[in-house]
Amino acid sequence: MCGIVGLHLRDATLHPQLGALLSGMLDAMCDRGPDSAGMAVYGDPTWSPEGESTVSLLDSPIPATELAQQLGIVLSAPVTGHDLDPTVVVHAPVGTEVLTAAVRSVVPTARIIGFGDHLTVLKGMGNPTELADRFGLRSASGWQGVAHTRMATESAVTAEGSHPFAVGPDQCLVHNGSFSNHMSIKHELERSGVSFDSENDTEVGARYVAKQLAEGVDLEKALLMLNETFDGFYTLLVSTSDSFAVVRDAIACKPAIIAETDRWVAMASEYRALAKLPGIDTARIFEPEPEEVYVWHRQ
Amino acid sequence: MAPTVTTSTPANGVVDLRASSTREVNELLSSPGAPATLTITHPDGAHALACGLDADLDVTIDGHVGYYCAGMNQKATVTIAGNAGVGVAENMMSGRVHVKGDASQSAGATAHGGLLVVDGNAAARCGISMKGVDIVVGGDIGHMSAFMGQAGRLVVCGNAGEALGDSIYEARLYVRGTVASLGADCVKKEMRDEHLAELKELLDAAGLTHDPSEFTRYGSARQLYNFHVDNASAY
Repeated sequence: MCGIVGLHLRDATLHPQLGALLSGMLDAMCDRGPDSAGMAVYGDPTWSPEGESTVSLLDSPIPATELAQQLGIVLSAPVTGHDLDPTVVVHAPVGTEVLTAAVRSVVPTARIIGFGDHLTVLKGMGNPTELADRFGLRSASGWQGVAHTRMATESAVTAEGSHPFAVGPDQCLVHNGSFSNHMSIKHELERSGVSFDSENDTEVGARYVAKQLAEGVDLEKALLMLNETFDGFYTLLVSTSDSFAVVRDAIACKPAIIAETDRWVAMASEYRALAKLPGIDTARIFEPEPEEVYVWHRQ
Repeated sequence: MAPTVTTSTPANGVVDLRASSTREVNELLSSPGAPATLTITHPDGAHALACGLDADLDVTIDGHVGYYCAGMNQKATVTIAGNAGVGVAENMMSGRVHVKGDASQSAGATAHGGLLVVDGNAAARCGISMKGVDIVVGGDIGHMSAFMGQAGRLVVCGNAGEALGDSIYEARLYVRGTVASLGADCVKKEMRDEHLAELKELLDAAGLTHDPSEFTRYGSARQLYNFHVDNASAY
């Protein structure tokens, strides 16, 4: 059992409330996954300022300020570091690939858990509400966010094993369920040059989607291909800088509920997570159908 | 900290779930002095509301509920003015549960008796392993509904999803719209007068006015659960 929440804001006047709304949703899903959590925010001006790229990482052997200093020397550019224990977030006015390569050269043992022009990913172990408070998620702003509360079944309880898996630029994938044929798909991906960070089944799904997107496939098509390729149980929430998508397997035993208003689209494992959203009383509420791909695009 | 238990009837017959816990409300409803009628406001998707009731009570829940609402119900009437989560009225024995919105998966699962009415749609596995309950759904039902249905009636005024009635025993299914596919050993059956009559009764009980002749009956071909002598060599 895991808990998923996601919020895609259509109304820009809600952007300053993104973190508060997303945290409230996460709080309601704590009991579905109390062992670890991850959250991702698109467009927070502190963590991912406009015009800069951002890299989120775990297991940095040096503090955020020292990492930012060393990256600044390598890049000859001003680099800002945020220490959000155990996650470190750095951003700089350079391209994403340039910043990512610099992080890899300065702290090669660290694990990159998210990168892009808009995306910040925060992960940690322990109670999801306490983590959100520690990270300062409640005061985050932006246009889109996802979060996951994990009850581990397929790999160990670690910050690394928590979702979202963000393996492509500004991409996130959150999963409730378990894949059953991921090892054979992983081997195929490895043969085509994809490398993996973990033994986690969800990472295989995320790498698969990232590969399709990198090859020019659109998100809807990539998820239809995932439906055909992956066996197992899954409710997936997949986001990019301009899209927000939900898909469920054919059996559809992993719960999912979607609510939609003119101001926002929200998805969660249970209605409890949606109950406090503004305007929920008049929202269109429905459960996504099995094997159907639902995609919303940023206007 | 132990939960505070309030078993006294609220003066106005209304309990606000933002002010009381699910446990408090359920204990009130199960207590000897339970109010004959009660309205629960702000359920906010809470699980296991109004479960295990065993008296002739009339409970209205004003909003959306979470998992297993009105589970194990006996005698009581529970009305949900909203959507219901997984397993509404699961294992109901008697009484009536009415969902005015949609129901999630496994609505009426394993229920032995009583009437479950869903005005909207019911998701996958509606009436799974039903054992005598009557279920009337105003809209559509999802895949694998009435799986291993042993007894009772399932009425669907809309369409049914894939694998309807898979491995069905003696539950009777009435569908007004289309069936995406029938499960193993589930077949279309003749609508005789007694079927039209019982369907009329069920529709009346649910407050629906559809013409029973618009429905098709489905049930067990009885090839799967009966021992067939031709298969003796397999044992």
